[in-house]
Amino acid sequence: MPPKTLDQVLEGRRSQPHQLIEALQDVQENYGFISEEAMQAVSQGLGVPLMEVYRVASFYKAFKLKPCGKNHLIMCMGTACHVRGSRLLLEQAVGQFGVKPGEVTPDGLFSVEHVNCLGACALGPIVRESSAYHHHMTPGKLRKLIDNLRRQGTEEIHHVQTK
Amino acid sequence: MYRLNSIRELEHLRRQLVEERKTFVTTVMTCGGTGCQASRSRALITAIRNELIQQGLDGKVRLRATGCHGFCEQGPIVVIEPSNIFYCHVAPDDAFEIVSQTVARGKVIERLLYTDPVTGEKVHTESQIPFYQRQDRQVLSLNRLVDPCSIEDYIAAGGYLALAGVLDRVAPEEIVREIKASGLRGRGGGGFPTGRKWTECREAAGDEKYVICNADEGDPGAYMDRCVLEGNPHLVFEGMMIGAWAVGARKGYVYVRNEYPLAVEHSRIAVQQMCELGLLGNNILGTSFSFDIDIARGGGAFVCGESTALMASLEGKVGEPRPKDVHTVVDGLYHKPTVLNNVETWANVPAIIRNGSAWFASKGTKGSKGTKILALTGRIKNTGLVEVAMGTPIRTVVFDIGGGAVNGNAIKSVQIGGPSGGCLPVTKFDLPVDFDVLREVGSMVGSGGMVVMDEESCMVDVAKYFLGFLQDESCGKCLPCRLGIDRMLEIITDITEGRGTLKQLDLLEELAETVAETALCGLGKTAPNPVLSTLRHFRSEYEAHINGKKCPAGVCKALITYSIDADKCNGCGVCLRGCVHEAITGKKKETHNIDARRCQKCGICRSECKFDAIRVA
Repeated sequence: MPPKTLDQVLEGRRSQPHQLIEALQDVQENYGFISEEAMQAVSQGLGVPLMEVYRVASFYKAFKLKPCGKNHLIMCMGTACHVRGSRLLLEQAVGQFGVKPGEVTPDGLFSVEHVNCLGACALGPIVRESSAYHHHMTPGKLRKLIDNLRRQGTEEIHHVQTK
Repeated sequence: MYRLNSIRELEHLRRQLVEERKTFVTTVMTCGGTGCQASRSRALITAIRNELIQQGLDGKVRLRATGCHGFCEQGPIVVIEPSNIFYCHVAPDDAFEIVSQTVARGKVIERLLYTDPVTGEKVHTESQIPFYQRQDRQVLSLNRLVDPCSIEDYIAAGGYLALAGVLDRVAPEEIVREIKASGLRGRGGGGFPTGRKWTECREAAGDEKYVICNADEGDPGAYMDRCVLEGNPHLVFEGMMIGAWAVGARKGYVYVRNEYPLAVEHSRIAVQQMCELGLLGNNILGTSFSFDIDIARGGGAFVCGESTALMASLEGKVGEPRPKDVHTVVDGLYHKPTVLNNVETWANVPAIIRNGSAWFASKGTKGSKGTKILALTGRIKNTGLVEVAMGTPIRTVVFDIGGGAVNGNAIKSVQIGGPSGGCLPVTKFDLPVDFDVLREVGSMVGSGGMVVMDEESCMVDVAKYFLGFLQDESCGKCLPCRLGIDRMLEIITDITEGRGTLKQLDLLEELAETVAETALCGLGKTAPNPVLSTLRHFRSEYEAHINGKKCPAGVCKALITYSIDADKCNGCGVCLRGCVHEAITGKKKETHNIDARRCQKCGICRSECKFDAIRVA
């Protein structure tokens, strides 16, 4: 599906302040992050002051105010993943990329984010990359995943054999 | 599909669907939940579908992609009805054999069967597996019967009959009485009596009322709500509709985490199907009941699991809680009377109405009725979703269902109830899963997350983990939570880094009690539980960190050093390649070395080494 324009995102929501979070979710889904321009459009469209839009966009974890890398790795840091060593995975990724969570590598290829729970706790540690969930991750498997992503560039990676 | 204009039309449709399903002799059930999708179940479902077509069986055999079966560790799972042959760890490449052997000829494929870890024997059906045997799966078992994207499946399985029944002949007051009599308590964490909520909302003044389903399951380590909403959305919605009819609401909201894309998708599909059938909208089934459901995606804030914060978020605002001097059942969403229950609570409602409150109350303990779904995870053999009658001892869950520890380690503790809950030592494992009993020992049932920890888990580190989580997630509105958690984390960090003093333990305890007493919302009030419970049950570990400057579990970085055991190292180089800090040196096939100055003690080398040559001291 081609990305929706800001106008399309706002369609049916104009002058409905309670639709703010839903509108921002759609902006993020279509653009990968929420730009200042988008915030202004949402502010005008819904009739919510720009400051309030910014407040909401910066309050919730789901919203990113900066673009992500081409491959965005989401590391689950939930309790179940934590006791199975998810911290090692984050360190491995941060060490390999040389950038902190939330930042993008200089070549624009990678960014990493840690979240509190992806809800697949039985299979932890979990790393999500686009819509693929990689389970029972170890630093070694993560390294292979990153190598594959780097090699294949934009090509879609399916599944890294994790068993 | 056509619009159902009366209850009789719904019953007619159900009979028709049941008849249709009788023409299929065999059904292949495949788990399509998030967990199994991570294990490639989507490719498996496509492969089985193609095989059925290629082998000319698609007219005789039904393929049903269901929600989570619970035994995520063994996924993807395939069950073949009517003989109920249970296959686990199934790969797409197995599709040909499953269809040609088991489906077509009834022959069992030995290698795909589950192996009992105790006896080593192959097990043919689900009911013979110890993981399932000790459970009482009332809500979860329904997941197996339906494809979450098919309202026909749900209706064929008897869905919406409970709703039709109450719309037809039960007065709203009667429903509220029934729920009250069942003893159902909120499954989201608080354990508040659901019937009381409904009564107060029903009695509250005003024509405009709301019902909300809280699917913002923010507790790390709990995922039963995802599983139920994703695997059986109609069950949850039917519960909401019964509740709405009982309290007099015309509008319902489902507030679901955006981190659960499949739950969002399935809920949206379900709502659309309900609209098409006339199960949402005006004059549902030709009665005076009108109702609509909106699906709202959460913004990813733990605090939005708190009712007032969730309602603020639904209104498009920042999710900050407010004082609950007036309860949300009177002054809730848009200041209207509102009933908010979580997914599991709503999912219990249709069965209570169908089977009666006495049936529900016959399970469980004096104060905690029915069954509870637990997310059993952590350092244990069988991880997954478990549903047991309230009152089941923790020991049964951890050892009989969970199969005990991995790698022959000893189990030390179980963390129950997420960041609001507490850690219990093995000596307390005879306690039952019961709202009141667990609260007395400083833990809580909470939403039902159960993370098992063994001797390789450091309890001080676990307390630190939760404080870090809560610091990150505190909305910052009230001072005790905002600053109290900060200070507690500072103290615990001191302890884990070898700077702690025994005096600090008293301060930590005092701080924790102050936060518990003075924080604004329920999440803030329970935030100190991980600290208090570990202090209470694992004080010796704190003291080892302080007095001996040692981390007995070998977890806290500042108190441990890594080295390589020359007897075990064969110089394979795996650790050298894995070390992102370039702290390991050594030639191929010669013993490697760790440079203590560069080593960041991340433990990657240890997890990579296949020869157990990395030592932690």
